[in-house]
Amino acid sequence: MKTFLAIILRDVTLGFRAGGGATQAAMFFALVSLVFALAIGPEPARLSALAAPILWAGALLSALVSLDRIFQSDYEDGTLDVLVETADLLELRVLAKAAAHWLSSLLPLIVAVPLFALLLNLPVEGYWPLLASLLVGTPALSLIGALAAALTLALRRASILVSILAAPLYAPALIFGVGAAEAGAAGAPSFVPTLLLVAASSLFALVFAPLAGAAAIRFNMS
Amino acid sequence: MNAALESRPDRQSRLAYRASLSLRAVSVSRAGRRVLAGVTFDLSPGEAIILKGANGSGKTTLLRAIAGFLPAENGAIEVQSGESTRSSASDRRACIAYCGHADAVKAPMTVRENLSFWARLYGAPERRIAEALASFALQALADTHAGALSAGQRRRLGLARLVIAAKPIWLLDEPTSSMDAASSARLVALIENHRREGGAVLIATHDRIEIEGARNFVLEALETA
Repeated sequence: MKTFLAIILRDVTLGFRAGGGATQAAMFFALVSLVFALAIGPEPARLSALAAPILWAGALLSALVSLDRIFQSDYEDGTLDVLVETADLLELRVLAKAAAHWLSSLLPLIVAVPLFALLLNLPVEGYWPLLASLLVGTPALSLIGALAAALTLALRRASILVSILAAPLYAPALIFGVGAAEAGAAGAPSFVPTLLLVAASSLFALVFAPLAGAAAIRFNMS
Repeated sequence: MNAALESRPDRQSRLAYRASLSLRAVSVSRAGRRVLAGVTFDLSPGEAIILKGANGSGKTTLLRAIAGFLPAENGAIEVQSGESTRSSASDRRACIAYCGHADAVKAPMTVRENLSFWARLYGAPERRIAEALASFALQALADTHAGALSAGQRRRLGLARLVIAAKPIWLLDEPTSSMDAASSARLVALIENHRREGGAVLIATHDRIEIEGARNFVLEALETA
């Protein structure tokens, strides 16, 4: 557990230091939200209707642009050798890396979501459902992203390929996440069941991604 | 007295136990090409072997195979420690510290932060950080960001992991690259001390490195079809 926390702490620290990428993901999220807001125009009703999908898509795209730093620098500078050498369970190393990615790249976005929701004229009753769906669903983005990053470990400049691999696997979290946010904003009874489907996406990724990611790392290192 | 205590070199030693390495007819391929074939040697506690060979002869491949990062196609790689024989990659790693070409150093972190992270990974006590700093004359640089270090200083920091890990078998790949004469001499002294404590060292290098009583093992590049 100590090593698990040490990896998370180190990666989060690195994420927020110069060139770490956490701030880049947040800036990218802001950029996506602003571009959509400008493209849709000033009509409040249209903005309100599209706010939840835009913010979910922004979170997804921000996750994609930050995926290649989950393992790539560790692979290139030899840290991955040390992580493998000292690992009793490589799957836990993958889980720690995914958790660190979520904490440094996605949690700051979720904290900033109310600000951008205001910009996009999201109704007040839609804030909590949107935040809940993002909190429950975005761990799937980091976990699946860690798997995609592990699969492309040995490839140079694979950031586009990582995104191509991860994006289709993000579909369930995105669809159910937006559905839950919209159902919650409308006060529909389908909110809780849809939110549970979002949670199911994250739980499935929690089981599957560390196992497959560790196997991919072993394969790529050999 | 149990096997673990019998194999303990002495009370002052950093090492908790001794271990020997045995390779029997080891063959390794990479990307479909046979790189090593029939490699056989033993490395006993207190010994040092210097791996020689031209570029592409498989020195790094051999070290990575012993460290368990690459699978051996044929043959056996075993680590003997006390009464137990460790042949699986994960079991061998418990006795092996591997320092490859890359230093595993994070530039945005300070020297101390890098060492502290490794100490947590290896489950080493905090005092080893001070020992590692002293062993590689890095005390004055402890709070410097690794990104500001020279290549040689960075190499020393990467090798300081050996002190943190305190494993009986060291696998070193070009350990003196980028190092000045004084740093190389410091590393040689550390290797000698490790051998006195019962440790064993396998070094792949093109540099001239003077280690008393070290054996040379020459790898020949295999002909490719």
